[in-house]
Amino acid sequence: MREVTYREALREALREEMRRDKTVFLLGEDIGRDWGGAFKVTEGLVEEFGDERVRDTPISESAIIGTAVGAAITGMRPVAEIMFGDLTTLAMDQIANQAAKLRYMFGGQTSVPLVIRTPFGAGVNIASHHSQSLEAWFMHVPGLHVAVPSTPYDAKGLLKTAIRSDNPVFFCEHKLLYSMEGEVPEEEYTIPFGVADVKKEGEDVTVVATLYMVHKTLKAAGELEAEGISTEVVDPRTLTPLDKQTIIKSVKKTGRIVIVSEDCKTAGVSAEIAAVVAEEAIDYLDAPIKRVAEPDTPIPFSPPLEQHVIPDEIAIIKAVKEVI
Amino acid sequence: MTLSLDKEKLVEMYRKMVEIRNFEEKVFELYGRNLVPGTIHLYAGEEAVAVGVCSNLRKDDYITSTHRGHGHCIAKGAQLKKVMAEILGKKTGYCKGKGGSMHIADFSVGMLGATAVVGAGIPIAVGAGLSVKLRRTDQVVVCFFGDGASNQGTFHEGINMASIWKLPVIFVCENNLYAMGTRQSRVMAVENIADRAIAYGIPGAATDGNDVLAVYETARKAVERARKGEGPTLIECKTYRHKGHSRIDPARYRPKEEVEEWLRRDPIKRLKGRLLRTNVLTEAETELFEKEALASVEEAVKFAVESPYPTPEEALEDVYA
Repeated sequence: MREVTYREALREALREEMRRDKTVFLLGEDIGRDWGGAFKVTEGLVEEFGDERVRDTPISESAIIGTAVGAAITGMRPVAEIMFGDLTTLAMDQIANQAAKLRYMFGGQTSVPLVIRTPFGAGVNIASHHSQSLEAWFMHVPGLHVAVPSTPYDAKGLLKTAIRSDNPVFFCEHKLLYSMEGEVPEEEYTIPFGVADVKKEGEDVTVVATLYMVHKTLKAAGELEAEGISTEVVDPRTLTPLDKQTIIKSVKKTGRIVIVSEDCKTAGVSAEIAAVVAEEAIDYLDAPIKRVAEPDTPIPFSPPLEQHVIPDEIAIIKAVKEVI
Repeated sequence: MTLSLDKEKLVEMYRKMVEIRNFEEKVFELYGRNLVPGTIHLYAGEEAVAVGVCSNLRKDDYITSTHRGHGHCIAKGAQLKKVMAEILGKKTGYCKGKGGSMHIADFSVGMLGATAVVGAGIPIAVGAGLSVKLRRTDQVVVCFFGDGASNQGTFHEGINMASIWKLPVIFVCENNLYAMGTRQSRVMAVENIADRAIAYGIPGAATDGNDVLAVYETARKAVERARKGEGPTLIECKTYRHKGHSRIDPARYRPKEEVEEWLRRDPIKRLKGRLLRTNVLTEAETELFEKEALASVEEAVKFAVESPYPTPEEALEDVYA
């Protein structure tokens, strides 16, 4: 099968959906003709679809999302890009109070078919305002769906589903994934939300990981394999809805679970997944639930500092060995 | 004195204003009888704004509204009974009891809903305008908001976007002089919010918000401009709420003389006086309209009061499409 980058996979999804449906349009800062997006995801799209549908905006995050909401409730399917996930804070009212709640507050009179794409994640030394992982905040808002693709294949299939969804989708990307290559078929496909993917089958320990952590986990799993420890790596792919069944099924098989997430440990992605396992599968556990996550600090700038707080293969291996 | 509008239009506007006033007085009364859960923000005193503006709109045009939104709904053509039922938290309300007084929407008449976050409706209205432009229709969007909202970042971000993209949005600021209890002069260095239009390169017009004909005329020009694809306008309507900010507010921060002065400028009294003086209406006709408005409000109350509450499990519905 051909290989494309995560960036190209996202771009293909956007292009195919824009060709398929004239109500789909893109808006965001520097996504259009002069830049193609800070991470080049939308590069080249303006040539095919024009300025109207690949719309550069002022630096106005709140109005980018608010405008997308207004367009979504009047017949359009906007895909808004927020240049860095950290900057979604500027649009929090529009995301959490408007996009997520309008359908509910208005008794189902409307739906909000809107996608918000944004990159999270550390690892490129751009400090506290451009490196956070805030996925868990959005899991806490009823009305939103939250997607966390870790591979080019998942990125394309999930983005196409997101664009076709009648719900607002918060679509998390990761800076370190954009240039990563992976198999993506030529033919059309979509990936349903709420269906986890077992990235590697194993027997001894379940490791749940998302986004870039999936790759660190797979690397750690390879090293553990050499030491005779078999890990099963589960990638939820969407955090809302969360595929609890696949996680629990895996825990029933292995009796052990480690959850790896790049966001802060307290009230984070790993906390929610741990709670699900504690609530619904505790009788199957042979060891305490273990979490590997960011130690509740802002993301620092200097490389040794940043490396210290971001979960790595060593921390994952250590956690797995602790539950064995 | 002659009036430029035809009799039918004038009568329609008069009746709509009277209807809103009666509706709000009834909501106030029902609140006192413990039939309205939560709080209420009454539109009484500001009727000329909603009616003067919406009288320029077609059914397929859009509006966005605020926590003080009953008048906007009624002026855009929403049914009294379903507005009242929503305010009472009933299943038969526009939002099946999930929204209440601060979140009424009627998408069937282009009423895109009220948001209770001050200023949040501004970018949403801009988005509806963008949608109109992308779909290439000639609809227009009216965005209602208050003086307080004009200090939010969304005001700046939203109007700037509408301006650069020449969107068909009419920003209507209902300046009732107080953001909750804070007087405009304490939080703004300009007297006319309309002057802020200069910063966005669009026309701004301050108008007497208690004169429905002045509002109508100002909005007419802005709607015409928007429909022709010439872009947005910022209209400021100077008006006054008869009651406090919300039900619990006795509004002691407003000087007595100021309140009396504004009550003398009551928009309904003024229109009525003009219609009588110019022989558009007779006393008997105005009395009849008054009675009819009261009757339709009573009918709405009966419908709302007799309607069932939603079943508790309905709280779990409509989260996702």
